Amino acid sequence: MRILTITKRIFVEMFRDKRTLALMFIAPLFILSLMYFLFQSNTNTVADIGTNNVSSSLIKAIDNKHITIHKMSANASAKQTIRDKDYAGFIKKTNGKLIVTYQNADQNKMAIIKKSVQMALIKTQIKQLAAATKKSKAGLMKMQAQLQQIKKQLPSTISGRIPAPSTPKNMQKPSSLKLSQHYLYGKSNSSFFTTMLPVFLGFMVFFFVFLISGISLLNERNSRTLDRLLATPVKRSEIIYGYLTGYGAVAIIQTAIIVLFCIYVLGIEILGNIAIVLLICFALAMVALSMGLFVSTFAASEFQMVQFIPIVVIHKFSSQV
Amino acid sequence: MDAVVTVTHVDKSFNKKRILHDVNLTASGHEILGLIGPSGAGKTTIIKNIMGMEQPDDGKVTIFGKEMPNRQVLQRIGFMAQDDALYESLTGRENLKFFAQLFGVKKDQLNERIEYTAGVVNLNQDLDKRVSNYSGGMKRRLSLAISLIQDPDLLVLDEPTVGIDPELRRQIWDELRKYAKDGKSIIITTHVMEDAAECDELLMIRDGHIITHGSPDSLEKKYQVDNLEQVFLKAGKSNENTDNN
Ligand SMILES: Nc1ncnc2c1ncn2[C@@H]1O[C@H](COP(=O)(O)OP(=O)(O)O)[C@@H](O)[C@H]1O
Ligand SMILES: [Mg+2]
Repeated sequence: MRILTITKRIFVEMFRDKRTLALMFIAPLFILSLMYFLFQSNTNTVADIGTNNVSSSLIKAIDNKHITIHKMSANASAKQTIRDKDYAGFIKKTNGKLIVTYQNADQNKMAIIKKSVQMALIKTQIKQLAAATKKSKAGLMKMQAQLQQIKKQLPSTISGRIPAPSTPKNMQKPSSLKLSQHYLYGKSNSSFFTTMLPVFLGFMVFFFVFLISGISLLNERNSRTLDRLLATPVKRSEIIYGYLTGYGAVAIIQTAIIVLFCIYVLGIEILGNIAIVLLICFALAMVALSMGLFVSTFAASEFQMVQFIPIVVIHKFSSQV
Repeated sequence: MDAVVTVTHVDKSFNKKRILHDVNLTASGHEILGLIGPSGAGKTTIIKNIMGMEQPDDGKVTIFGKEMPNRQVLQRIGFMAQDDALYESLTGRENLKFFAQLFGVKKDQLNERIEYTAGVVNLNQDLDKRVSNYSGGMKRRLSLAISLIQDPDLLVLDEPTVGIDPELRRQIWDELRKYAKDGKSIIITTHVMEDAAECDELLMIRDGHIITHGSPDSLEKKYQVDNLEQVFLKAGKSNENTDNN
C-alpha cells in the first residue's frame, strides 16, 4: 500500500509544520470572522439627514428607525450642512421640487436614505389619492340627494318606474396598502455576509487547499525527494494518489471545521442538508487539489505558486459569483 | 563473471552541450566498481542514466538483463543520490521506515532492517532526531542507510564518502566489501583517490570521456606510477593526445 505510505507521510509532515497547520485550519476561521463583522454592520446603521423647508407630513413619512432627522434653518445649504455636521444627506424643498443631496461616503446610508425618501413619496401620494376619493364620495352623495328630490317632485306614476338609486354601499374605501414581506432563505436580518457565505466558504476551501497542496508538491520537487522517489519502485500515479488522498482528507476536516464554525459560532443558518454542503466543498477541494498539483509543475518557487492565484482562483470564482 | 549492469555507447547532452561521450561500462557481481573523476566530469549523469532517471540520447543501459528504465528492476537497486534527498521534518527512523514501506519490506522485518542499516552508519543514537537537526555528515549516513534498507542486490552510490570521518569511512568500506563477497554488485562514484584504491575496478572519467579503466594495481603498472593520482594525470594526458590525433 504505497499510496497510504505516502499519505501517512504527508500527514506527519503537515502535523509537524505548525505554520501550515495554522494556515489550513485557523486562517480560514479568522478571515470568515473578520468578514462577518465587516458585512454584518449594515443592519443597525443610522443615517443622519438635515431638512430644509420640508413639510412635516413628509418628514413624518420619511422618519424610521434607520434615520435621524434634523430640521435646519431656512437658509442652510446642502453642501455646507453635510460638510459641517457630517450628515449622510440633506433634503430641501424649493418651488414644489424635492432636492435630495447625498454625502455618498457610506453606500449603506445612501441606500437607506434613498429608500426612505421613495417610500415616503409613495406614502404621501397614496394619502392624497385617498383624500381625493373621499371628496368624490361626498360629491356623489350630494348628487344622490338631489336626484331623490327630483323624484319626489315627479308624478307618482312615473316615479314608480324609476328605480330607486342604490346607495353605493360597495363603494371602495381607499384602503391603505400594508406591506408584508416574507423571506424564502434567511431572515429579515440576513446581511450581505449570510448571502455571500456559500461563496466565501467555497473560496476559503479552494484557496487554501490549492496553495498548500501545490506548495508541498513543489517542496518535494525542490528538495529532490521527488527524484529520489522515482528511483524506487513507486509509480508516479501512486505518488499523485497519495497526495490526493492526504490532502483530500485534510480538505474534509477543514471544510467541516469551517462549516461548523459558521453554524455554531457565527450563528448562520444553513438550510438543507449539511452533508451536501460538505460534499460540495469536498468536490471543490478536489478540484483545488488537482489544480494545485498541476500548477506546481509550472512553478519554480512558492512565490510563483502565489502568482498563479489570480489565474486559477479568481477566474474560478468570478464565474461562480 | 556475469554482468549485472551494462552500459553501451551512451551519449547524453544537456542544452545542446555534450556531457557524456560514448560511455561503456560493465559491473558484475562480487565486485566494487568505482567511477572516479573531478567534479563536473559527468559521474552523476552516468549514474542517473543507469538508474533510468535520465534517458540517454543514444545507447542503452541493461540491469539484470532488463533494459532501463524498468520499475521492477528498481526494487533490487539500493540508490544513494549525491544530494541528500531526505524529508527534513521527519526523524531518521521515519525516513527509513517510509522508504522501507515503499520497497515493501515486511512488517516483521521492518524494525530489524532499520536497526541494522542504522548500525552500519553508526546512526542508532540519532534515529529519533529530526533530520533538520542533522549535520551534513549525518545526512549522508542516513542516505546510505536508506540505500541498504531493502537488502538490494545492486548498490548505486553517488559520492557516499563525502563528509564522513575516516573511522566511519573504514567501517563503511568494510561493510561494502562484505556485500561484494556475498555476491552483490556495487557501483560508487568519488573524486577522492583514497576511495579509488578500495575499488576492484576503476573507470576514470574526465569531461564525459572514460579515459582509462582497470583494477587499481593494473592501472599503476600500466602507467608505471605508484599512485592513482598520477595514473589519472597520465591517462588524462595520453587521452588528450589521442584526441588531438
Ligand atoms: N540537468 C542538467 N541540465 C544541464 N546541465 C547539466 C544537468 N545535469 C548535469 N549537467 C552538467 O553536466 C556536467 C556533469 O555534471 P555531473 O554529472 O553532475 O558531474 P559530476 O557528478 O561528475 O560532478 C556539468 O557540467 C553539469 O553542469
Ligand atoms: Mg556528481
